[in-house]
Amino acid sequence: MSTPILEVNDLKKHFPIRGGFFGGVTGYVYAVDGVSFSIEKGETLSLVGESGCGKSTVGKAILKLFDLTDGQVVLDGQRIDDMGYSTLRPIRRRLGVVFQDPFSSLNPRMKVRDILAEPIRNFGLAKDGADLDRRVEELLDRVRLPRDAGNRWPHEFSGGQRQRICIARALAGEPDVIICDEAVSALDVSVKAQIVNLLQDLQRELGLAMLFISHDLAIVEHMTHRVAVMYLGKIVEVAPKKQLFAAPKHPYTEALLSAVPVPEPGAARERIILTGDVPSPINPPKGCRFHTRCPYAFDRCRQDEPVLRQTEAGHWSACHLHDKPDAENPLAGARGAAIIAHH
Amino acid sequence: MALLEVENLQTHFRAADGINRAVDGLNFHVNARETVAIVGESGCGKSVTAMSILRLIPEPPGKIAGAIRFDGRDLLTLSDREMRAIRGNEISMIFQEPMTSLNPVLTVGKQIGETLRLHQGMSSNQAEARAVEMLKLVGIPEPERRVREYPHQLSGGMRQRVMIAIALACNPKLLIADEPTTALDVTIQAQILDLMRDLKNTVGAAIVIITHDLGVVAEVAERVIVMYAGRKVEEAAVEKLFRNPRHPYTQGLLGSMPKLGSSLSGEETRLQEIPGLVPSLKRKIDGCVFASRCSYATDLCRTISPALEEKAEGHIAACHYAIKEAVAA
Repeated sequence: MSTPILEVNDLKKHFPIRGGFFGGVTGYVYAVDGVSFSIEKGETLSLVGESGCGKSTVGKAILKLFDLTDGQVVLDGQRIDDMGYSTLRPIRRRLGVVFQDPFSSLNPRMKVRDILAEPIRNFGLAKDGADLDRRVEELLDRVRLPRDAGNRWPHEFSGGQRQRICIARALAGEPDVIICDEAVSALDVSVKAQIVNLLQDLQRELGLAMLFISHDLAIVEHMTHRVAVMYLGKIVEVAPKKQLFAAPKHPYTEALLSAVPVPEPGAARERIILTGDVPSPINPPKGCRFHTRCPYAFDRCRQDEPVLRQTEAGHWSACHLHDKPDAENPLAGARGAAIIAHH
Repeated sequence: MALLEVENLQTHFRAADGINRAVDGLNFHVNARETVAIVGESGCGKSVTAMSILRLIPEPPGKIAGAIRFDGRDLLTLSDREMRAIRGNEISMIFQEPMTSLNPVLTVGKQIGETLRLHQGMSSNQAEARAVEMLKLVGIPEPERRVREYPHQLSGGMRQRVMIAIALACNPKLLIADEPTTALDVTIQAQILDLMRDLKNTVGAAIVIITHDLGVVAEVAERVIVMYAGRKVEEAAVEKLFRNPRHPYTQGLLGSMPKLGSSLSGEETRLQEIPGLVPSLKRKIDGCVFASRCSYATDLCRTISPALEEKAEGHIAACHYAIKEAVAA
């Protein structure tokens, strides 16, 4: 197996809650509580889950937008989470990021050319002014924007075009890994397709590794190689795309898949409607974190926390059901097609 | 007679640089107890249509023309007082953002009770008792306690349930839901859609659901209206529309959506793109509104606007080239 370009080991981020008379710490939000995964060169790993599950926090922690509580981030064999600001700076180049909202993530007072030139200058990638111009033009070409776009302001562009500018900026540092945090969620259906296709093309052309953070399972299925499902700060299942969608091995994944509305009227599918809301990450449930909503929970789930372990090659799941014989395990077998009404 | 008939609705907004024709000549009807979906991308005029029906468009800068007949009365000719008696009573609305559409300083009980006191002349006590009933109906646990809580004490899904409770409190004949599940997580969305389906049967209201999500449309609607750039481009029963879309825009929309389960069939297809952008609504468009993005467009499309035509039984599309089947007269 080749060495992964990005590795995350037992990542934890607990945000302190301050309150009380002296403003002391009264508790923690366990946003990310022990997450590990790795991404290989040219691979897309998707991180899916509902709001508040910690998926965006993982992305921000990798970028070191804040300090970690615990754990390691290893980029190309080098640990980067404990680096100081100045040692990290040249390495930051290797991580690109695209955020959700293309309206708030571009500086309205900078022309597109300057937005793209800034990272090139910062990382000292251009030899001279002519080289800088050439690189900016190349970036515009890469994201299929006209070259004269450089002389215009962000407000002159539509949402989809702005997201192209954000992608070009993420590529400016010649990164190895791109983190897309809900990069297509705010876009309209037809524009979404354009950006999804662009991201796939870029990945093929540049051999990028991608961490695709999203809540949209249909898009994820379309563009990813592997999927990691998060619930309340933990990964509950990781598997290659086909295995995950054909035979989910965690009750939460199964429920997520069955909840996605499919554009097929009258589709006969098994519906699993979860009751209740996601518990608070300030006070996560004891035992398995999903047991309060799990349709299959039994006594053990309320006491022991299941660990992520391999159920078959490359397919990891954190669920006690897999200790039971197959006849008593509702997740045995391939139920994916029945849940998502696939013909 | 249909419950709601919208005839040549034109909602225009005066802006500094021209007139924005947000809705430009829209016709549709909704029968009693029917669920109709209006789909389209942002800026196609679907929300403005909903706001126009309830006359929530500020005039000026907005201007609503045409006719909106509800139960035989033209809503556009009613006085403000008459209109107030209809809003929240006979026609009610659920908005997208449950966070911003509830009043943060009133308990949910007060907010549900408000419509009841106003429209049905209930006393505070009666209204509160009915509020508890409504909360129970929309599946909120411990309604007696929740009724005294404030919106910030509830989760997003619960707030949307409260919004639905408010909308249904007076047993409306028509419920307009503008992107009711867009702001919610997928497992919560499934709960809310399920609830809406159940309630439709118990309350018996007609529903107009406005959404950009074709998956949601397939789950709840009986008939679908596809809007583009302020106009209706296609209308059909839900199975017909999904199985046999006639308008190139609808075809493009369906093609640009990845299907869940695509990896199971092993075929890795590229998503279909609709090139270009929605045209500016400030310019008067001669010809077909979709011509600038349509791969089949010809000179005919760019000069003459196609009329809405019945292409198959109960299947209307505005396209010169859409396949037409013999329709029994």
